[in-house]
Amino acid sequence: MDNFTVGVVVFPGSNCDRDVSWALEGCLDIRTKYLWHESSDLSDVDAIVLPGGFSYGDYLRCGAIARFSPLINALDEFVKSGKRVLGICNGFQILTESGFLPGALVANKNLNFICDDVELDIVSSKGGWFNNVDEKQTIKLPIAHGEGRYYCDSDTLKKLVDNELIALRYKNNPNGSSFDIAGITNEKGNVLGLMPHPERACDKTIGGTDGLFTLKSLILK
Amino acid sequence: MDQFAVKVFVRLRPSVLDPAGEATKSASIKLGAEGIKSLRIGKIIEVKIEGNGENEVREKIDLLCDRLFANTVIEDYEYSLEKL
Repeated sequence: MDNFTVGVVVFPGSNCDRDVSWALEGCLDIRTKYLWHESSDLSDVDAIVLPGGFSYGDYLRCGAIARFSPLINALDEFVKSGKRVLGICNGFQILTESGFLPGALVANKNLNFICDDVELDIVSSKGGWFNNVDEKQTIKLPIAHGEGRYYCDSDTLKKLVDNELIALRYKNNPNGSSFDIAGITNEKGNVLGLMPHPERACDKTIGGTDGLFTLKSLILK
Repeated sequence: MDQFAVKVFVRLRPSVLDPAGEATKSASIKLGAEGIKSLRIGKIIEVKIEGNGENEVREKIDLLCDRLFANTVIEDYEYSLEKL
């Protein structure tokens, strides 16, 4: 695993890229490389994180402009090859806008920007992103978003439930998300998008370590 | 080449809750406006575009609406087109 490298994508307006890199390098000793959004060469990296922030100022819709970057265009082949992609917050919004994950993220029901720690039920072990092989578990992660209300139509929701694609559900739904959804995977399980920030829960001194497992699981094959 | 002025209207689908619309409705009632049954907020995108005739321009605008201006998971769109 010495050479395993996680690419951390940097868009204009990303602001969690350094947090992700700090958590991977400093807490988990996993090598990272920043990938500028105009790069389409993903040959040096073994997994990719789309970090939180406000790519392109959230113009038009969150994640809508980022979708057209050269890097996101190159992501299709990367995902098809089975390599792992983690989209956190704005990264999750980009993954839905670009069609890697179904549904969309819209303004919170109460219109507030919510910055809080939330309890989450892990409801699927697909992709091995969470430490819940034996039973349902609850973790606590920070959220920080104004547009984190997951929305999908009833047919899509049924598909998500039937195929065990719902990874995380809020215990106390903070934003009005359909079915309390906080994170989902694609059918293969190698793409995870979630609104909570695992990179902000990787050290006891800043409030918890429940995010470590998800970041560490980037190195799974 | 003909030039057209296009007005694209993007709005949340009826099934998607519009909290900004709800908040504005509440403020409208506080202002004293009576009889408001519903209020929803959308956006207008104004485009000036060249093309060989209306059909070609419509094709371009359809693509833009479907792929960029609106997210059809949550939004509907329609547009009007005027030859300049």
